Amino acid sequence: MYKAKSIKELRKLLDDKKVTKEELFEESTSLAKKYQEDYNSFVTILDKFKSKDSDSILDGIPYSLKDSFSTSNILTTASSNILKDYIPVYDATVYKKLKKAGATLIGKTTLDELAMGGTGTTAATGIVRNPYDKERLIGGSSAGAASSVALGITPFAIGSDTGDSVRKPASHGGIVGFKPTYGRISRYGLFAFASSLDHVGILTRNVEDAAIVTDVLKGKDENDMTTLKTDRTEYASHLEDSIKGKKLFYIKEICNLEEYPKQSTELKETLSDFKILLDKCRELGFIVEEVSIDKKLLEAIYPTYMTISCAEATSNNSNLTGIQFGPRPKADNVDDLMFKARTKGFSELIKRRFILGSYILQKENQEKLFLNAGRVRRIIVDKINKLFEEYDAMILPASGGPAPKIEGTTEEVTDDEVVLENHLAIANFGGMPSITIPFTIVNGLPVGVNITCKAKEDCKTLNIAHEIEKVTGLKDIYKEVD
Amino acid sequence: MYKATIGLEVHCELKTNTKNFSSAPNEFTKFPNTHVAPVDLGLPGILPIANKEAIRKALLTSLALNCITPDEVLFDRKNYYYPDLPKGYQITQNTKPVGIKGYLDILVNDEVKRVTIHDIHLEEDTASLEHRNGYSLIDYNRSGVPLIEVVTDPCIHSAEEAVTFLEDLRDLFLFLEVSEARSNYGEMRCDVNISLSDTKELGTKVEMKNINAFSSVEQAIKYEIERQTKLLEEGKEVVQETRRIATDGKTYSMRKKVDALDYKYFVEPNIPPIKIEDDYIKELKDSLPELKLSRFDRYQSLGIDKEDAKTLSKEKEISDYFDEVLSYIKDTKLAVNFMTTGILSTLNKLDISIKELFITPEMLGTILKEIESKKMSLDKGKKLLYEAIDKKKDPKELIKKTESQISDDKELLKIITSIMDENSEQVRQYIEEDNTHVVNFFIGKVMQTTKRSANPNRSMVLIKEELERRKNEK
Repeated sequence: MYKAKSIKELRKLLDDKKVTKEELFEESTSLAKKYQEDYNSFVTILDKFKSKDSDSILDGIPYSLKDSFSTSNILTTASSNILKDYIPVYDATVYKKLKKAGATLIGKTTLDELAMGGTGTTAATGIVRNPYDKERLIGGSSAGAASSVALGITPFAIGSDTGDSVRKPASHGGIVGFKPTYGRISRYGLFAFASSLDHVGILTRNVEDAAIVTDVLKGKDENDMTTLKTDRTEYASHLEDSIKGKKLFYIKEICNLEEYPKQSTELKETLSDFKILLDKCRELGFIVEEVSIDKKLLEAIYPTYMTISCAEATSNNSNLTGIQFGPRPKADNVDDLMFKARTKGFSELIKRRFILGSYILQKENQEKLFLNAGRVRRIIVDKINKLFEEYDAMILPASGGPAPKIEGTTEEVTDDEVVLENHLAIANFGGMPSITIPFTIVNGLPVGVNITCKAKEDCKTLNIAHEIEKVTGLKDIYKEVD
Repeated sequence: MYKATIGLEVHCELKTNTKNFSSAPNEFTKFPNTHVAPVDLGLPGILPIANKEAIRKALLTSLALNCITPDEVLFDRKNYYYPDLPKGYQITQNTKPVGIKGYLDILVNDEVKRVTIHDIHLEEDTASLEHRNGYSLIDYNRSGVPLIEVVTDPCIHSAEEAVTFLEDLRDLFLFLEVSEARSNYGEMRCDVNISLSDTKELGTKVEMKNINAFSSVEQAIKYEIERQTKLLEEGKEVVQETRRIATDGKTYSMRKKVDALDYKYFVEPNIPPIKIEDDYIKELKDSLPELKLSRFDRYQSLGIDKEDAKTLSKEKEISDYFDEVLSYIKDTKLAVNFMTTGILSTLNKLDISIKELFITPEMLGTILKEIESKKMSLDKGKKLLYEAIDKKKDPKELIKKTESQISDDKELLKIITSIMDENSEQVRQYIEEDNTHVVNFFIGKVMQTTKRSANPNRSMVLIKEELERRKNEK
């Protein structure tokens, strides 16, 4: 009955006493349970309604948290066997803020194990499926968050984004995925994957909802030294600011069909629809220009991302030993104990990444691999920031097409589309605000467009996305399934 | 003849209110796992918050050790697996320690020896392990306690030099008030690296880890020199290894050194670099107290003999006290005499610190001034000091009382009667109107007449009695 409504619509219904908070909770959780078997969006669905009264716009609004946010007394597994019985003793700042705002948590969503992965197929509890086509993946790592919002279960979900983990699944699910500037939202309590790249992200069905939630979550946090000074500007009230004359750029090497030797129909359609969108943007009053960037630099994005993220992940996850928490296997000595816990607790993919990370950090490889990756990261960010001196935003397709089929999905990279499928990590390298919104339907499946601005320009990012959303015709879409 | 070359790595826990990266109290407690925050347990999702006070104290120590300080405070992760390290990495400093290339001058056999410091860095302590029969317990109270590590160059050549350095370093920590440096609480502990050689090349290094007591350091070094000398003289090889010191004063092999562990250091991404402003360094430099050796030299230049100079410069609180006493009088010898025989012996007798002593430097100064100006004999001065300590009374009051206060009842009464006779109106008011305020009037008069030398309490009693007596007479 209240399914797939926006935050503002629900706010009005609640204020007009047409519905109670408890009824919203009941509806959301029953939808979550109904779709669980087919889509596997959740690790935990809560069964008791609990909410604080507040004057916040989010008071009584149901939402979900990715299962990698620390929630005291609620199981938090990060979709990994090594944390399968872990019940945290403290609250993540994001959770604390939403609790204070009176928002109602309905459950914890499935992710790629330890947030490492972009497919949504590697959770210990199984594959998360795409509501538009069960044979396709939704993408990850915030897979359950994206699928649950795409199914209309809650108006918003909190995820995290280290390379594209919110913005890619948003593209595959036909919803909005926003990752604000690094430090805009506290990471305290978010299980770390790669600390220098990790961001809290928000999934919604329209840009305004993303702005509303960001306004509640943003701010300096004394528990996170990397948080920025609180931005007092209310993003949600600047969405209608004029965009006339704002300059957008897209990258020729990513957007031109001629760059690709193998041109699938989905790719063709996506890129041609993208060009149509650019024309619509011009009609809206944007200035849109093409820029060219050395392809070598673009091709370096993915290896740079993998190098830095694996290295940091290896260290960040060294606390998972079975000693302080998690399942503790029987062993004769402490070394064996850690060895067994980690052997049993992690999937092969995770172990592979840890071994890579360890190798990258080894004394003899650090200079060549880890430190060089840091330098390349800097060069890429400098290049894009240089463009931001002239342009307000970068606009690119978030993906080369709709979500891929689950069958045959591997971590292996196909050379052709490596840049197209991985450029979203640029915003993680530079801590830039970046948003994906749905812009077209290809083969009956949604595809998103991504808008990225200079760091700290969150307000502008949302403003531009909100304007473009008006011409996509895909605002507030969700997938009705049986 | 083989020459020993020794390098020390000294760990010292800093005195702060909270831990290095969390808000848990940094305080000793016998209840395990009570001073613990999520950060200290390495729970998923935690983030470290750098402790400003720990950084200040580390920089202060770095400056006191004549080190070069960096332009910013930066932390690194040292990655290794051990059950006392809950995060699987220790936050420490590798890229930019709080100090490099410093030195500490120490006095060995009356000669100044310069021990050069390789670096000093700020890091966090590990949890403590307790091994029981068949199982081990972990106490996370110590996990995350701020720790500085002072690493010397291999420039020490005897057990005596090593122990003197450790003692002086401990005194430096105490002078700076950065740590209590109690080795029996493990607040100060040390790793010893030692090698022997009869050439310019250094010999094979043997390492001894985590020694608390300075006497054990001495024993261990002496034992190692003896053991290694014997091996070398017999033409045998010294094995590169880690050894532990046992209660019998001998060292035993713990593990052979294979390759050095790769700690995979990298910059801690969760703590942005903290800029150190020049003004801040200047402020810290200005706040540095005068250190032990400098005070010792200064006292000697005042003509104080070496033993006394040593005694008086050893502890900052005593030296500060003594310096203040010196500011009141010119006779240094007199001050030294009272400090060593009067004050320090009292501290010993009462087993208290100088801070707990009732007598302030100013009070002692008062007594010494009396002696210096020949108003009082040395003996009487000592007596007065002990009386003041006993009664917890300001010597000033005692001097006044003994010398000038009229406490004699007869004499006081004589004055009171005469005043009352002169002021019959006030006496009448007391008798007929019960006006007790006149008591104050008479006190005032008594004080006026005696130029404030009457004992006020006694006067009060006598006035009341006299008034009552006159009332009853009526």
